[in-house]
Amino acid sequence: MWKDKAMRLLMLSAASTSIFLVALIFIFLMKESAPFVLKPGLGALIDRQWIPVSFVEEHFGILPLVTGSALVTGLSMLFTIPLSVLGAIYIAEIASPVEREILKPFIELLASIPSVVLGFFGLVVLAPLIKNLFGLGTGLTALTGALLLTLMAIPTVITLSEDAIMSVPRAYKDASQALGASDLQTIFQVIIPAALPGIIAAIMLGVGRVIGETMAVLMVTGNSAIMTWSPLAPVRTMTATIAAEMGEVSFGSMHYQALFWIGLVLLAVTFVLNVIAQRVLVRYGMMK
Amino acid sequence: MIIKKIVPWLAVLLLLLLQTSCDSGQKEGSKGEAGGEAGSQKMISIKGSDTMVHLTSSWAEQFMGLNPDAQISVTGGGSGTGIAALLNGTTDICASSREIQGKEKELAAQKKIDLVEHAVARDGLAIIVNPANSVAELSMEQLRKIFIGEYANWKEVGGPDLPIIVLSRESSSGTFVFFQEHVLKKADYTPRARLLAGTSALVQSVEADKGAIAYVGLAYALDAKTKVKIVAVKSADDVAAVLPSDETVRAGHYPVARPLYLYTNGSSSPEVKAFVDFCLSDAGQKIVTETGYIAVK
Repeated sequence: MWKDKAMRLLMLSAASTSIFLVALIFIFLMKESAPFVLKPGLGALIDRQWIPVSFVEEHFGILPLVTGSALVTGLSMLFTIPLSVLGAIYIAEIASPVEREILKPFIELLASIPSVVLGFFGLVVLAPLIKNLFGLGTGLTALTGALLLTLMAIPTVITLSEDAIMSVPRAYKDASQALGASDLQTIFQVIIPAALPGIIAAIMLGVGRVIGETMAVLMVTGNSAIMTWSPLAPVRTMTATIAAEMGEVSFGSMHYQALFWIGLVLLAVTFVLNVIAQRVLVRYGMMK
Repeated sequence: MIIKKIVPWLAVLLLLLLQTSCDSGQKEGSKGEAGGEAGSQKMISIKGSDTMVHLTSSWAEQFMGLNPDAQISVTGGGSGTGIAALLNGTTDICASSREIQGKEKELAAQKKIDLVEHAVARDGLAIIVNPANSVAELSMEQLRKIFIGEYANWKEVGGPDLPIIVLSRESSSGTFVFFQEHVLKKADYTPRARLLAGTSALVQSVEADKGAIAYVGLAYALDAKTKVKIVAVKSADDVAAVLPSDETVRAGHYPVARPLYLYTNGSSSPEVKAFVDFCLSDAGQKIVTETGYIAVK
Protein backbone atom coordinates (compact mmCIF):
# COMPACT_ATOMS: atom_id res chain seq x y z
CA MET A 1 0.00 0.00 0.00
CA TRP A 2 2.77 2.44 0.81
CA LYS A 3 3.91 2.16 -2.77
CA ASP A 4 0.54 3.34 -3.98
CA LYS A 5 0.66 6.23 -1.60
CA ALA A 6 4.21 7.18 -2.51
CA MET A 7 3.38 7.02 -6.19
CA ARG A 8 0.28 9.12 -5.64
CA LEU A 9 2.33 11.72 -3.82
CA LEU A 10 4.97 11.78 -6.53
CA MET A 11 2.41 12.32 -9.26
CA LEU A 12 0.57 14.91 -7.24
CA SER A 13 3.73 16.93 -6.75
CA ALA A 14 4.56 16.65 -10.43
CA ALA A 15 1.09 17.89 -11.32
CA SER A 16 1.17 20.80 -8.92
CA THR A 17 4.64 22.06 -9.82
CA SER A 18 3.27 24.60 -12.25
CA ILE A 19 0.78 25.99 -9.71
CA PHE A 20 3.62 26.33 -7.24
CA LEU A 21 5.76 28.11 -9.81
CA VAL A 22 3.00 30.52 -10.77
CA ALA A 23 2.52 31.38 -7.10
CA LEU A 24 6.27 31.95 -6.73
CA ILE A 25 6.35 34.22 -9.77
CA PHE A 26 3.45 36.23 -8.39
CA ILE A 27 5.14 36.60 -5.01
CA PHE A 28 8.39 37.62 -6.70
CA LEU A 29 6.66 40.27 -8.83
CA MET A 30 4.85 41.63 -5.78
CA LYS A 31 8.02 41.76 -3.72
CA GLU A 32 10.04 43.59 -6.37
CA SER A 33 7.33 46.09 -7.18
CA ALA A 34 6.13 46.76 -3.63
CA PRO A 35 8.37 49.72 -2.63
CA PHE A 36 6.92 51.74 -5.50
CA VAL A 37 3.65 52.03 -3.57
CA LEU A 38 5.33 54.13 -0.87
CA LYS A 39 7.55 56.20 -3.09
CA PRO A 40 6.60 57.73 -5.49
CA GLY A 41 3.15 56.17 -5.01
CA LEU A 42 0.90 54.30 -7.40
CA GLY A 43 -0.46 57.57 -8.79
CA ALA A 44 2.84 58.01 -10.64
CA LEU A 45 1.90 55.08 -12.88
CA ILE A 46 -1.23 56.89 -14.06
CA ASP A 47 0.64 59.39 -16.17
CA ARG A 48 0.65 60.09 -19.88
CA GLN A 49 4.44 60.11 -20.13
CA TRP A 50 6.91 57.26 -19.97
CA ILE A 51 10.38 58.83 -19.74
CA PRO A 52 12.42 56.47 -17.58
CA VAL A 53 15.83 57.97 -18.42
CA SER A 54 15.99 61.72 -18.07
CA PHE A 55 18.21 64.45 -16.71
CA VAL A 56 15.16 66.61 -16.06
CA GLU A 57 12.44 64.53 -14.46
CA GLU A 58 11.68 60.85 -14.79
CA HIS A 59 8.12 59.83 -15.64
CA PHE A 60 6.78 56.33 -15.12
CA GLY A 61 3.31 56.69 -16.61
CA ILE A 62 2.20 53.36 -18.01
CA LEU A 63 -0.85 54.78 -19.83
CA PRO A 64 0.91 55.14 -23.21
CA LEU A 65 2.19 51.58 -22.85
CA VAL A 66 -1.26 50.23 -22.00
CA THR A 67 -2.86 52.04 -24.94
CA GLY A 68 0.03 50.86 -27.12
CA SER A 69 -0.62 47.24 -26.20
CA ALA A 70 -4.38 47.71 -26.54
CA LEU A 71 -4.05 49.30 -29.99
CA VAL A 72 -1.77 46.59 -31.35
CA THR A 73 -3.88 43.80 -29.84
CA GLY A 74 -7.18 45.29 -30.99
CA LEU A 75 -5.93 45.82 -34.55
CA SER A 76 -4.53 42.35 -34.70
CA MET A 77 -7.85 40.87 -33.53
CA LEU A 78 -9.59 42.83 -36.29
CA PHE A 79 -7.64 40.72 -38.78
CA THR A 80 -7.41 37.53 -36.77
CA ILE A 81 -11.09 36.97 -35.95
CA PRO A 82 -12.59 36.94 -39.46
CA LEU A 83 -9.65 35.07 -40.95
CA SER A 84 -9.53 32.38 -38.31
CA VAL A 85 -13.26 31.86 -37.85
CA LEU A 86 -13.88 31.57 -41.57
CA GLY A 87 -10.83 29.33 -41.86
CA ALA A 88 -12.02 27.12 -39.01
CA ILE A 89 -15.49 26.79 -40.56
CA TYR A 90 -13.95 25.74 -43.84
CA ILE A 91 -11.66 23.18 -42.28
CA ALA A 92 -14.32 21.75 -39.98
CA GLU A 93 -17.35 21.76 -42.26
CA ILE A 94 -16.53 22.16 -45.91
CA ALA A 95 -13.02 20.90 -46.62
CA SER A 96 -12.57 17.43 -48.05
CA PRO A 97 -10.43 15.07 -45.96
CA VAL A 98 -7.51 15.57 -48.35
CA GLU A 99 -7.71 19.36 -48.07
CA ARG A 100 -7.87 19.07 -44.32
CA GLU A 101 -4.77 16.88 -44.27
CA ILE A 102 -2.90 19.61 -46.16
CA LEU A 103 -4.30 22.67 -44.38
CA LYS A 104 -3.97 21.57 -40.77
CA PRO A 105 -0.23 20.79 -40.64
CA PHE A 106 0.59 24.05 -42.38
CA ILE A 107 -1.49 26.09 -39.96
CA GLU A 108 0.22 24.35 -37.08
CA LEU A 109 3.58 24.99 -38.70
CA LEU A 110 2.80 28.70 -38.53
CA ALA A 111 2.51 28.37 -34.76
CA SER A 112 6.00 26.93 -34.51
CA ILE A 113 7.87 29.77 -36.23
CA PRO A 114 9.96 31.53 -33.57
CA SER A 115 8.73 35.06 -32.97
CA VAL A 116 12.19 36.57 -33.58
CA VAL A 117 12.13 35.10 -37.06
CA LEU A 118 8.69 36.61 -37.65
CA GLY A 119 9.97 39.92 -36.25
CA PHE A 120 12.86 39.88 -38.69
CA PHE A 121 10.47 39.12 -41.52
CA GLY A 122 8.35 42.06 -40.35
CA LEU A 123 11.32 44.42 -40.26
CA VAL A 124 12.66 43.51 -43.67
CA VAL A 125 9.53 42.64 -45.66
CA LEU A 126 6.38 43.90 -43.97
CA ALA A 127 7.58 47.33 -42.81
CA PRO A 128 8.71 48.54 -46.26
CA LEU A 129 5.44 47.20 -47.69
CA ILE A 130 3.34 49.18 -45.19
CA LYS A 131 5.51 52.23 -45.78
CA ASN A 132 4.95 52.20 -49.53
CA LEU A 133 1.29 51.23 -49.28
CA PHE A 134 0.37 54.20 -47.09
CA GLY A 135 3.10 56.58 -48.29
CA LEU A 136 4.59 56.89 -44.81
CA GLY A 137 8.04 58.03 -43.76
CA THR A 138 8.73 54.71 -42.09
CA GLY A 139 7.02 51.35 -41.83
CA LEU A 140 7.59 50.93 -38.11
CA THR A 141 3.98 51.34 -36.98
CA ALA A 142 1.33 49.78 -34.77
CA LEU A 143 -0.25 48.29 -37.89
CA THR A 144 2.94 46.43 -38.82
CA GLY A 145 3.09 44.93 -35.34
CA ALA A 146 -0.59 44.01 -35.48
CA LEU A 147 -0.15 42.19 -38.79
CA LEU A 148 2.74 40.16 -37.41
CA LEU A 149 0.77 39.30 -34.29
CA THR A 150 -2.10 38.17 -36.51
CA LEU A 151 0.23 35.57 -37.97
CA MET A 152 0.96 34.38 -34.45
CA ALA A 153 -2.63 34.35 -33.22
CA ILE A 154 -4.17 32.63 -36.23
CA PRO A 155 -2.98 29.08 -35.47
CA THR A 156 -4.25 29.26 -31.87
CA VAL A 157 -7.64 30.66 -32.79
CA ILE A 158 -8.18 28.42 -35.82
CA THR A 159 -7.29 25.22 -34.00
CA LEU A 160 -9.47 25.97 -30.97
CA SER A 161 -12.40 27.29 -33.02
CA GLU A 162 -12.24 24.23 -35.22
CA ASP A 163 -12.44 22.02 -32.13
CA ALA A 164 -15.47 23.97 -31.00
CA ILE A 165 -17.20 23.60 -34.37
CA MET A 166 -16.35 19.91 -34.55
CA SER A 167 -17.86 19.34 -31.13
CA VAL A 168 -21.30 20.53 -32.24
CA PRO A 169 -23.41 17.32 -32.27
CA ARG A 170 -23.95 15.83 -35.71
CA ALA A 171 -27.68 15.61 -34.95
CA TYR A 172 -28.00 19.41 -35.14
CA LYS A 173 -26.68 19.42 -38.66
CA ASP A 174 -28.81 16.49 -39.72
CA ALA A 175 -31.94 18.01 -38.24
CA SER A 176 -31.29 21.33 -39.92
CA GLN A 177 -30.73 19.72 -43.30
CA ALA A 178 -33.77 17.47 -42.87
CA LEU A 179 -35.83 20.63 -42.45
CA GLY A 180 -34.66 21.75 -45.85
CA ALA A 181 -31.98 24.27 -44.83
CA SER A 182 -29.11 24.73 -47.25
CA ASP A 183 -25.50 24.05 -46.25
CA LEU A 184 -24.85 27.75 -45.85
CA GLN A 185 -27.94 28.26 -43.70
CA THR A 186 -26.99 25.27 -41.57
CA ILE A 187 -23.47 26.57 -40.98
CA PHE A 188 -24.32 30.16 -40.15
CA GLN A 189 -27.63 29.66 -38.35
CA VAL A 190 -27.19 26.37 -36.54
CA ILE A 191 -23.57 25.30 -36.20
CA ILE A 192 -21.93 28.67 -35.55
CA PRO A 193 -24.39 29.76 -32.85
CA ALA A 194 -23.95 26.36 -31.17
CA ALA A 195 -20.15 26.63 -31.31
CA LEU A 196 -20.04 30.32 -30.39
CA PRO A 197 -18.92 29.93 -26.76
CA GLY A 198 -16.00 27.79 -27.91
CA ILE A 199 -15.11 30.31 -30.59
CA ILE A 200 -15.24 33.17 -28.08
CA ALA A 201 -12.96 31.25 -25.74
CA ALA A 202 -10.59 30.63 -28.64
CA ILE A 203 -10.51 34.35 -29.39
CA MET A 204 -9.82 35.14 -25.74
CA LEU A 205 -6.86 32.78 -25.70
CA GLY A 206 -5.69 34.35 -28.95
CA VAL A 207 -5.82 37.79 -27.30
CA GLY A 208 -3.81 36.40 -24.39
CA ARG A 209 -1.17 35.12 -26.79
CA VAL A 210 -1.00 38.42 -28.67
CA ILE A 211 -0.84 40.71 -25.66
CA GLY A 212 2.03 38.75 -24.15
CA GLU A 213 4.10 38.60 -27.33
CA THR A 214 7.32 40.56 -27.07
CA MET A 215 10.06 40.05 -29.57
CA ALA A 216 8.17 40.62 -32.79
CA VAL A 217 6.48 43.82 -31.62
CA LEU A 218 9.72 45.14 -30.16
CA MET A 219 11.28 44.87 -33.60
CA VAL A 220 8.58 46.48 -35.72
CA THR A 221 6.37 48.90 -33.79
CA GLY A 222 8.89 51.74 -33.52
CA ASN A 223 8.65 51.87 -29.70
CA SER A 224 7.64 55.49 -29.20
CA ALA A 225 5.83 55.94 -25.90
CA ILE A 226 3.04 58.14 -27.18
CA MET A 227 -0.70 57.90 -26.54
CA THR A 228 -2.44 57.42 -29.83
CA TRP A 229 -5.18 55.43 -31.50
CA SER A 230 -3.80 55.83 -34.99
CA PRO A 231 -2.77 52.50 -36.55
CA LEU A 232 -0.06 54.27 -38.55
CA ALA A 233 1.68 55.81 -35.53
CA PRO A 234 4.57 54.16 -33.71
CA VAL A 235 3.63 52.66 -30.34
CA ARG A 236 5.43 51.10 -27.41
CA THR A 237 3.84 48.02 -25.88
CA MET A 238 4.12 46.87 -22.28
CA THR A 239 6.04 43.73 -23.19
CA ALA A 240 8.51 45.55 -25.42
CA THR A 241 9.18 48.07 -22.66
CA ILE A 242 10.08 45.38 -20.18
CA ALA A 243 12.23 43.53 -22.68
CA ALA A 244 14.08 46.63 -23.85
CA GLU A 245 14.66 48.24 -20.47
CA MET A 246 15.00 45.46 -17.93
CA GLY A 247 18.57 44.82 -18.98
CA GLU A 248 19.69 48.31 -18.15
CA VAL A 249 18.04 49.34 -14.88
CA SER A 250 19.97 49.32 -11.67
CA PHE A 251 18.40 46.94 -9.21
CA GLY A 252 15.87 48.38 -6.81
CA SER A 253 15.58 51.75 -8.57
CA MET A 254 12.17 53.32 -9.20
CA HIS A 255 12.51 52.48 -12.88
CA TYR A 256 13.13 48.84 -11.97
CA GLN A 257 10.04 48.74 -9.77
CA ALA A 258 7.94 50.46 -12.43
CA LEU A 259 8.95 47.72 -14.88
CA PHE A 260 7.73 45.13 -12.38
CA TRP A 261 4.44 46.97 -12.14
CA ILE A 262 4.08 46.66 -15.89
CA GLY A 263 4.75 42.96 -15.45
CA LEU A 264 2.04 42.71 -12.81
CA VAL A 265 -0.49 44.54 -14.97
CA LEU A 266 0.34 42.27 -17.88
CA LEU A 267 0.04 39.15 -15.76
CA ALA A 268 -3.29 40.33 -14.36
CA VAL A 269 -4.68 40.99 -17.84
CA THR A 270 -3.67 37.62 -19.25
CA PHE A 271 -4.89 35.90 -16.08
CA VAL A 272 -8.32 37.51 -16.35
CA LEU A 273 -8.56 36.65 -20.05
CA ASN A 274 -7.70 33.03 -19.36
CA VAL A 275 -10.18 32.77 -16.52
CA ILE A 276 -12.96 34.23 -18.68
CA ALA A 277 -12.11 31.84 -21.49
CA GLN A 278 -12.17 28.84 -19.15
CA ARG A 279 -15.44 29.99 -17.60
CA VAL A 280 -17.10 30.33 -20.99
CA LEU A 281 -15.94 26.86 -21.97
CA VAL A 282 -17.10 25.23 -18.75
CA ARG A 283 -20.38 27.11 -18.70
CA TYR A 284 -21.39 25.86 -22.10
CA GLY A 285 -20.15 22.36 -21.47
CA MET A 286 -17.37 22.53 -24.01
CA MET A 287 -14.75 21.40 -21.58
CA LYS A 288 -15.19 18.35 -19.42
CA MET B 1 -3.67 -3.98 -10.26
CA ILE B 2 -1.57 -2.79 -13.12
CA ILE B 3 -0.30 0.06 -11.02
CA LYS B 4 0.92 -2.35 -8.38
CA LYS B 5 2.86 -4.27 -10.96
CA ILE B 6 4.44 -1.16 -12.40
CA VAL B 7 5.39 0.49 -9.16
CA PRO B 8 8.45 -1.66 -8.30
CA TRP B 9 9.79 -1.20 -11.82
CA LEU B 10 9.28 2.50 -11.64
CA ALA B 11 11.07 2.59 -8.33
CA VAL B 12 14.01 0.71 -9.83
CA LEU B 13 14.09 3.06 -12.79
CA LEU B 14 14.04 6.07 -10.50
CA LEU B 15 16.90 4.68 -8.44
CA LEU B 16 18.92 4.05 -11.58
CA LEU B 17 18.30 7.58 -12.76
CA LEU B 18 19.36 8.99 -9.42
CA GLN B 19 22.47 6.82 -9.48
CA THR B 20 23.58 7.95 -12.92
CA SER B 21 22.88 11.59 -12.22
CA CYS B 22 24.94 11.37 -9.02
CA ASP B 23 27.75 9.78 -10.95
CA SER B 24 27.86 12.41 -13.62
CA GLY B 25 27.60 15.08 -10.96
CA GLN B 26 30.68 13.68 -9.24
CA LYS B 27 32.60 13.51 -12.46
CA GLU B 28 31.82 17.10 -13.30
CA GLY B 29 32.82 18.11 -9.81
CA SER B 30 36.22 16.46 -10.07
CA LYS B 31 36.78 17.97 -13.49
CA GLY B 32 36.07 21.41 -12.14
CA GLU B 33 38.56 20.91 -9.32
CA ALA B 34 41.25 19.78 -11.72
CA GLY B 35 40.69 22.92 -13.77
CA GLY B 36 40.87 25.04 -10.63
CA GLU B 37 44.20 23.52 -9.65
CA ALA B 38 45.75 24.20 -13.00
CA GLY B 39 44.55 27.78 -12.57
CA SER B 40 45.16 28.67 -16.18
CA GLN B 41 41.63 28.10 -17.48
CA LYS B 42 40.34 31.31 -15.93
CA MET B 43 37.37 32.61 -17.84
CA ILE B 44 37.10 36.37 -18.26
CA SER B 45 33.72 37.79 -19.17
CA ILE B 46 33.27 41.21 -20.76
CA LYS B 47 29.81 42.70 -20.92
CA GLY B 48 28.36 46.06 -21.85
CA SER B 49 28.29 48.58 -24.64
CA ASP B 50 26.92 47.39 -27.97
CA THR B 51 29.04 50.03 -29.67
CA MET B 52 32.19 48.44 -28.28
CA VAL B 53 31.34 44.78 -28.96
CA HIS B 54 33.24 44.79 -32.23
CA LEU B 55 36.29 46.34 -30.55
CA THR B 56 36.29 44.19 -27.43
CA SER B 57 35.82 40.98 -29.38
CA SER B 58 38.78 41.89 -31.62
CA TRP B 59 40.85 42.49 -28.50
CA ALA B 60 39.65 39.23 -27.01
CA GLU B 61 40.52 37.30 -30.16
CA GLN B 62 44.03 38.70 -30.33
CA PHE B 63 44.56 38.27 -26.59
CA MET B 64 43.47 34.63 -26.73
CA GLY B 65 45.80 34.13 -29.67
CA LEU B 66 48.73 35.40 -27.61
CA ASN B 67 47.66 33.55 -24.44
CA PRO B 68 46.25 30.19 -25.50
CA ASP B 69 45.12 29.50 -21.91
CA ALA B 70 42.92 32.55 -21.66
CA GLN B 71 39.18 32.22 -22.22
CA ILE B 72 37.24 35.40 -22.85
CA SER B 73 33.56 35.79 -23.52
CA VAL B 74 32.19 39.03 -24.93
CA THR B 75 28.53 40.04 -24.78
CA GLY B 76 26.69 43.29 -25.54
CA GLY B 77 23.42 44.51 -24.11
CA GLY B 78 24.21 48.17 -23.52
CA SER B 79 26.52 50.04 -21.17
CA GLY B 80 23.89 50.14 -18.42
CA THR B 81 23.52 46.38 -18.60
CA GLY B 82 27.28 45.97 -18.32
CA ILE B 83 27.58 48.28 -15.33
CA ALA B 84 24.70 46.52 -13.57
CA ALA B 85 26.42 43.19 -14.27
CA LEU B 86 29.72 44.46 -12.87
CA LEU B 87 27.99 45.70 -9.73
CA ASN B 88 26.23 42.36 -9.34
CA GLY B 89 29.47 40.49 -9.83
CA THR B 90 28.28 38.63 -12.92
CA THR B 91 30.95 40.04 -15.19
CA ASP B 92 34.68 40.75 -14.75
CA ILE B 93 34.97 43.69 -17.12
CA CYS B 94 32.34 46.16 -18.15
CA ALA B 95 32.70 47.90 -21.50
CA SER B 96 30.97 51.26 -21.32
CA SER B 97 30.50 54.04 -23.82
CA ARG B 98 29.64 56.53 -21.06
CA GLU B 99 31.10 57.46 -17.73
CA ILE B 100 29.65 55.73 -14.73
CA GLN B 101 26.94 57.90 -13.13
CA GLY B 102 26.36 59.17 -9.61
CA LYS B 103 23.68 56.64 -8.70
CA GLU B 104 25.79 53.77 -9.95
CA LYS B 105 28.80 55.04 -8.02
CA GLU B 106 26.71 55.11 -4.85
CA LEU B 107 25.57 51.57 -5.46
CA ALA B 108 29.17 50.47 -6.01
CA ALA B 109 30.18 52.09 -2.73
CA GLN B 110 27.31 50.32 -0.97
CA LYS B 111 28.43 46.98 -2.36
CA LYS B 112 32.08 47.82 -1.49
CA ILE B 113 33.17 47.49 -5.08
CA ASP B 114 36.28 49.44 -5.96
CA LEU B 115 35.55 50.56 -9.53
CA VAL B 116 38.57 51.23 -11.70
CA GLU B 117 38.11 53.26 -14.86
CA HIS B 118 40.27 52.75 -17.95
CA ALA B 119 39.77 55.08 -20.93
CA VAL B 120 40.77 52.76 -23.77
CA ALA B 121 39.64 54.49 -26.96
CA ARG B 122 37.66 57.40 -28.38
CA ASP B 123 34.65 57.28 -30.61
CA GLY B 124 32.90 59.87 -32.70
CA LEU B 125 29.14 59.68 -33.11
CA ALA B 126 28.15 60.19 -36.70
CA ILE B 127 24.82 61.79 -37.54
CA ILE B 128 23.33 59.86 -40.43
CA VAL B 129 20.49 60.67 -42.82
CA ASN B 130 19.07 59.10 -45.95
CA PRO B 131 21.29 59.64 -49.06
CA ALA B 132 18.33 61.31 -50.79
CA ASN B 133 18.28 64.04 -48.13
CA SER B 134 19.88 67.26 -49.37
CA VAL B 135 20.90 68.46 -45.89
CA ALA B 136 24.69 68.20 -45.63
CA GLU B 137 25.45 70.00 -42.38
CA LEU B 138 23.71 70.74 -39.10
CA SER B 139 24.69 72.82 -36.11
CA MET B 140 24.64 71.39 -32.58
CA GLU B 141 21.66 73.64 -31.84
CA GLN B 142 19.75 72.34 -34.86
CA LEU B 143 20.53 68.78 -33.84
CA ARG B 144 19.24 69.46 -30.36
CA LYS B 145 16.01 70.94 -31.69
CA ILE B 146 15.50 68.01 -34.06
CA PHE B 147 15.93 65.41 -31.36
CA ILE B 148 13.78 67.17 -28.76
CA GLY B 149 11.07 67.54 -31.38
CA GLU B 150 11.08 71.30 -31.86
CA TYR B 151 11.81 70.92 -35.57
CA ALA B 152 9.41 68.54 -37.27
CA ASN B 153 10.17 69.18 -40.93
CA TRP B 154 13.43 69.12 -42.85
CA LYS B 155 12.65 72.47 -44.48
CA GLU B 156 13.18 74.13 -41.09
CA VAL B 157 16.88 73.27 -41.36
CA GLY B 158 17.17 74.08 -45.06
CA GLY B 159 16.23 70.68 -46.45
CA PRO B 160 13.32 69.30 -48.47
CA ASP B 161 9.67 69.57 -47.36
CA LEU B 162 9.62 66.23 -45.56
CA PRO B 163 8.68 65.30 -42.01
CA ILE B 164 11.67 64.46 -39.82
CA ILE B 165 11.65 60.95 -38.41
CA VAL B 166 13.80 60.87 -35.30
CA LEU B 167 15.43 57.51 -34.61
CA SER B 168 17.30 56.71 -31.45
CA ARG B 169 18.85 53.79 -29.61
CA GLU B 170 16.97 52.22 -26.71
CA SER B 171 17.38 53.92 -23.34
CA SER B 172 19.62 51.05 -22.13
CA SER B 173 22.32 52.22 -24.53
CA GLY B 174 25.27 54.33 -23.38
CA THR B 175 25.04 56.15 -26.69
CA PHE B 176 21.47 57.21 -25.80
CA VAL B 177 22.64 58.77 -22.54
CA PHE B 178 25.76 60.35 -24.05
CA PHE B 179 23.78 61.92 -26.86
CA GLN B 180 21.15 63.14 -24.43
CA GLU B 181 23.75 64.74 -22.20
CA HIS B 182 25.99 66.31 -24.84
CA VAL B 183 23.73 67.10 -27.75
CA LEU B 184 20.30 67.44 -26.17
CA LYS B 185 21.88 69.33 -23.26
CA LYS B 186 20.12 66.96 -20.84
CA ALA B 187 16.66 67.62 -22.27
CA ASP B 188 14.33 64.71 -22.99
CA TYR B 189 14.06 63.14 -26.43
CA THR B 190 10.86 63.85 -28.30
CA PRO B 191 8.27 61.23 -27.34
CA ARG B 192 7.77 60.60 -31.04
CA ALA B 193 11.33 59.37 -31.39
CA ARG B 194 11.35 55.75 -32.48
CA LEU B 195 13.60 53.74 -30.21
CA LEU B 196 15.28 50.91 -32.06
CA ALA B 197 17.20 48.02 -30.60
CA GLY B 198 20.72 48.15 -31.95
CA THR B 199 22.86 50.06 -34.40
CA SER B 200 22.12 47.84 -37.38
CA ALA B 201 18.37 48.48 -37.04
CA LEU B 202 19.11 52.22 -37.07
CA VAL B 203 21.25 52.03 -40.19
CA GLN B 204 18.63 49.88 -41.90
CA SER B 205 15.83 52.32 -41.09
CA VAL B 206 17.80 55.37 -42.19
CA GLU B 207 18.62 53.59 -45.43
CA ALA B 208 14.94 52.85 -46.02
CA ASP B 209 13.24 56.02 -44.80
CA LYS B 210 13.80 59.33 -46.60
CA GLY B 211 13.07 61.58 -43.64
CA ALA B 212 14.99 59.63 -41.02
CA ILE B 213 17.87 60.88 -38.89
CA ALA B 214 19.87 58.86 -36.36
CA TYR B 215 23.16 58.78 -34.51
CA VAL B 216 25.54 55.82 -34.65
CA GLY B 217 29.17 55.11 -33.76
CA LEU B 218 31.61 56.42 -36.36
CA ALA B 219 32.95 52.94 -37.15
CA TYR B 220 29.47 51.69 -38.06
CA ALA B 221 28.66 54.80 -40.06
CA LEU B 222 31.84 54.46 -42.13
CA ASP B 223 31.04 50.79 -42.76
CA ALA B 224 27.60 51.79 -44.00
CA LYS B 225 28.86 54.75 -46.03
CA THR B 226 27.26 53.47 -49.22
CA LYS B 227 23.82 53.16 -47.65
CA VAL B 228 23.54 56.31 -45.54
CA LYS B 229 24.82 59.87 -45.64
CA ILE B 230 26.99 61.27 -42.85
CA VAL B 231 26.16 64.85 -41.95
CA ALA B 232 28.86 67.40 -41.02
CA VAL B 233 28.35 69.09 -37.67
CA LYS B 234 29.01 72.69 -36.63
CA SER B 235 29.78 73.24 -32.98
CA ALA B 236 28.60 76.86 -33.26
CA ASP B 237 27.01 78.97 -35.98
CA ASP B 238 30.19 80.86 -36.88
CA VAL B 239 32.40 77.78 -37.16
CA ALA B 240 32.86 75.61 -40.23
CA ALA B 241 31.03 72.28 -40.24
CA VAL B 242 33.24 69.25 -39.54
CA LEU B 243 32.80 65.73 -40.86
CA PRO B 244 33.70 63.02 -38.36
CA SER B 245 36.97 61.23 -39.09
CA ASP B 246 39.99 59.86 -37.29
CA GLU B 247 41.80 63.19 -37.39
CA THR B 248 38.90 65.44 -36.50
CA VAL B 249 37.84 63.30 -33.53
CA ARG B 250 41.37 62.95 -32.16
CA ALA B 251 42.09 66.64 -32.61
CA GLY B 252 38.83 67.48 -30.86
CA HIS B 253 37.41 69.41 -33.81
CA TYR B 254 34.40 67.16 -34.22
CA PRO B 255 31.93 68.03 -31.46
CA VAL B 256 30.02 64.75 -31.03
CA ALA B 257 32.79 62.52 -29.69
CA ARG B 258 33.26 60.56 -26.51
CA PRO B 259 35.75 58.37 -24.68
CA LEU B 260 35.15 54.64 -24.38
CA TYR B 261 35.86 52.89 -21.11
CA LEU B 262 36.57 49.54 -19.60
CA TYR B 263 35.53 49.30 -15.95
CA THR B 264 36.96 46.64 -13.68
CA ASN B 265 36.69 45.69 -10.08
CA GLY B 266 39.79 46.84 -8.17
CA SER B 267 40.17 43.43 -6.57
CA SER B 268 40.01 41.58 -9.89
CA SER B 269 42.24 38.71 -10.90
CA PRO B 270 45.64 39.09 -12.62
CA GLU B 271 44.12 37.76 -15.87
CA VAL B 272 41.75 40.70 -15.99
CA LYS B 273 44.57 43.14 -15.36
CA ALA B 274 46.66 41.48 -18.07
CA PHE B 275 43.78 41.93 -20.51
CA VAL B 276 43.30 45.61 -19.72
CA ASP B 277 47.06 46.18 -20.04
CA PHE B 278 46.93 44.49 -23.40
CA CYS B 279 44.13 46.81 -24.57
CA LEU B 280 46.25 49.84 -23.64
CA SER B 281 49.42 48.42 -25.19
CA ASP B 282 50.62 49.38 -28.69
CA ALA B 283 49.17 46.17 -30.13
CA GLY B 284 45.84 46.83 -28.43
CA GLN B 285 45.69 50.42 -29.62
CA LYS B 286 46.49 49.28 -33.14
CA ILE B 287 43.33 47.18 -33.02
CA VAL B 288 41.44 50.29 -31.91
CA THR B 289 42.48 52.06 -35.10
CA GLU B 290 41.83 48.98 -37.24
CA THR B 291 38.27 48.62 -35.98
CA GLY B 292 37.50 52.25 -36.81
CA TYR B 293 37.84 53.90 -33.43
CA ILE B 294 40.42 56.43 -32.36
CA ALA B 295 43.40 55.39 -30.24
CA VAL B 296 44.01 57.17 -26.95
CA LYS B 297 47.78 56.78 -27.05
